[in-house]
Amino acid sequence: MAWYVLRRVLQMIPVFFGATFLVYFLVFSMPGDPIAALGGNKPLSPAVQDRLRAEYNLDEPFIVQYLLYLQGLAQGDFGTTFAGRPVIDDIRRAFPVTARLALVAIVFEAVFGIIAGVISGLRKGTWIDSTLLVTSILVIAVPTFVIGFVAQFVFGVKLGLVTINVGANVTWMNLLLPGMVLGAVSFAYVLRLTRTQITETMTADHVRTATAKGLSRPRVITVHILRNSLIPVVTFLGVDLGQLMGGAIVTEGIFNIPGLGFNLFDAIQRGESTKMVSMVTLLVIIFIISNLLIDLLYALLDPRIRYDARK
Amino acid sequence: MSYDPNFPHASSEYAEEPTTEPTDPRDEDSAEEAQERLSQVHATAGGTSGAVHGWDPDRPLLEVTDLDITFTTSGGEVPAVRGANLTVYPGQTVAIVGESGSGKTTTAMSVAGLLASNGRVSGGSIVFQDEDVSKASGKRIRQLRGDEIGMVPQDPMSNLNPLWKIGFQIKESLTANKVAKGKAADKRVVELLEEAGLPDAARRAKQYPHEFSGGMRQRALIAMGLAARPSLLIADEPTSALDVTVQRQILDHLDVLTGQLGIAVLLITHDLGLAAERAQHLVVMYRGQVVESGPALEILQNPQHPYTQRLIAAAPSLSSQRMVSSLHNRDEEPAGGRQPARAGRTDDVIVAENLTRVFDIRGGAPWVKAAPFTAVDDVSFTLKRGTTLGIVGESGSGKSTVAQMVLGLLPPTSGRVLFEGQDIGEKSKQELFALRRLMQPVFQNPYGSIDPTYSIFRTIEEPLRLHGTRSRSEREIRVRELLDQVALPAATMQRYPNELSGGQRQRIAVARALALRPEVLVLDEAVSALDVLVQDQVLALLNDLQAELDLSYVFITHDLAVVRQIADRTMVMETGRVVEHGATEEVFRSPQQEYTRRLLDAIPGGSIPLAGSGR
Repeated sequence: MAWYVLRRVLQMIPVFFGATFLVYFLVFSMPGDPIAALGGNKPLSPAVQDRLRAEYNLDEPFIVQYLLYLQGLAQGDFGTTFAGRPVIDDIRRAFPVTARLALVAIVFEAVFGIIAGVISGLRKGTWIDSTLLVTSILVIAVPTFVIGFVAQFVFGVKLGLVTINVGANVTWMNLLLPGMVLGAVSFAYVLRLTRTQITETMTADHVRTATAKGLSRPRVITVHILRNSLIPVVTFLGVDLGQLMGGAIVTEGIFNIPGLGFNLFDAIQRGESTKMVSMVTLLVIIFIISNLLIDLLYALLDPRIRYDARK
Repeated sequence: MSYDPNFPHASSEYAEEPTTEPTDPRDEDSAEEAQERLSQVHATAGGTSGAVHGWDPDRPLLEVTDLDITFTTSGGEVPAVRGANLTVYPGQTVAIVGESGSGKTTTAMSVAGLLASNGRVSGGSIVFQDEDVSKASGKRIRQLRGDEIGMVPQDPMSNLNPLWKIGFQIKESLTANKVAKGKAADKRVVELLEEAGLPDAARRAKQYPHEFSGGMRQRALIAMGLAARPSLLIADEPTSALDVTVQRQILDHLDVLTGQLGIAVLLITHDLGLAAERAQHLVVMYRGQVVESGPALEILQNPQHPYTQRLIAAAPSLSSQRMVSSLHNRDEEPAGGRQPARAGRTDDVIVAENLTRVFDIRGGAPWVKAAPFTAVDDVSFTLKRGTTLGIVGESGSGKSTVAQMVLGLLPPTSGRVLFEGQDIGEKSKQELFALRRLMQPVFQNPYGSIDPTYSIFRTIEEPLRLHGTRSRSEREIRVRELLDQVALPAATMQRYPNELSGGQRQRIAVARALALRPEVLVLDEAVSALDVLVQDQVLALLNDLQAELDLSYVFITHDLAVVRQIADRTMVMETGRVVEHGATEEVFRSPQQEYTRRLLDAIPGGSIPLAGSGR
């Protein structure tokens, strides 16, 4: 285990530099001049523009800009927005919102996806199995923004059950519908994955042996089929959580939720390089760490997995 | 029945005995020891086998009459068993013998109501203790499973749930059948594991299946099958996945246990020798039908049905001769006479000198030092042209590592391999590539060693293409010739591996190996995955090819009985070292080492006299 964790942590170093460099480079190459655009219809005087450029190191060559940015990071400084706020403040405000939304989504897809998948798998070939499968294909096929707008229209506008515009009012209740929209596609994947795993495990030799011992059907299902089937599902959910933490530009946009995705989209539109790079880097790190945690969790769930197995 | 704490089964009496150190390095207990323990226990118990179950010993425990089993597939209804009959009396061992697909497992599984979901009993009856279980409700069958009908499954690797501890899985059987629960059940689990011959049972019960060797897992499965003391035990090829010596120990142990406990056994096996040795009564099945049944010895010595006769003739464990090809007389024809002489041909095709291979095994953490592991230790041999060298040993003996070094796939740590006098370790990449043409491998698993997405033509012509036979028509001619050599019709070319049987696939693997006209074939367990009849055919084919093409074989196997049929010289390996090396007949007639003797004794049915065999 120690070997494995060490190797994985070391792997994060090149990923970190690679990701920041790539994002920085892409932002640098973006067309348009963010400083010139700051003034909108009333252009800033060249003197002010030059001062701003110097302040944000935009007059330096690319590699110097990048190194200065890294230097700041090393001192815990994520940079400043054009409006003069530290980027870290924006992140602090947006992150809890996204984390909450991701949690709602993951709970939704895990609970309903697994239940539906188990029912589907145990009753393979029946009408309920077919209905669930068709539903899942439908959910996967329809783009998230369509599901989002339709849900918003039906439950918010027509039925008046939920708030259409979340805004600053980020309560669990208000995140319920956005969370379900965000988790819809993954719900379908969880359903299908669980179903496949269950049908496969049901025909495993050890399940027949368990039956031959004289165990009751419910016990065979819960003890010998469910646990074995759910390991890959848990892995999928883990990877998905990492992705959800990265914010959901579309869903947060539809419901006007001030999370990471929303902020990132805003930063891209304004060409705020420091904010963009900092946020993307943060997302990359969250993703790497959550992936490592999933792999370690995997070893906990399955006693056969030993990352430093003696060969 | 239920477990009565006052009735001293094989229980705590010997649990307190100081555990005898097992002599075998793989923690396997000897059968005599088990016998001794159990007879002590039995003496205290003072019961007779029949009394344990209270079922009249003269009435059949199980009576299968005119049984038909049908599977529903996409292609319609497929009959798997047709009109099968068999009877098992209390305490009796009955064996069902047949090749894969004969319906033997299906028949046995139907007794415990364990047919796959698309299978059903479509006719006849299965009467167990006066009750037709084929018509019983699901609830009733669940009641019978475990405490009346137990099962020991075939493959110990796949029959334990990998996510639960061994002890937990055995305890389940106790609680489900209301034999014991809680602390008492935990204690009983340890006793059962000890009874099944597993040393250090208390610690072992807390381990997971992957921490067990195959033999240990099979012992755990036996403990599980016997946990609730059934009156009938279905043992489905209980040892076919294990090494011969382990196989023998486990079967002996199972014999002793079921004998003492008065449990009837329905043994399913493809090995006639094993069946005859273990069962009083044999039922031979062929294509879903019972073709012959009767007392074991009678069937073996006087088989009536032609299929049984073929089965007996093919059983490697029952024959004792080196196969002689009909194509030539080994004594008269000097080796190397038929093929046009190639420059550099020598009589000693392969010479291995002091081969040693050490693997470094990394420690559990960066600060733990790597431990060296010697897989092959100072192995030397000479392979003469046109002969076969058999390398025998159990799993882990290093025999496959030797094969890899001979093929030049793995560099030896020290020592060298000479192919026709030249050190293959000193060859350049190109020279090695040319050399590979002359030395071809055939592997154990014909399902894994052939690419399922390649047609048979593509599989066989690939080496030709790689080694520069340019024109397609030339390659096609050669493929036809090769298919003819391995006795397959030329039309096989257009087919895909999944359309062929295991034996046919192994013929394809041989054809592919022969494509480049090699001088040496390295056959690593090449017939071990095949049924006896098919095994016999492939061995005969290899033997004919050897005579026809003057091939030399390195034949690696764990099965001594097969070696006797094909090898001229035999080398026995144990934990990386050669323990015995000599002419095959000599090794078999007067084994010098204890280890070889143990391997020889383990051949099932070796001691049964056959009609007309002269033994």
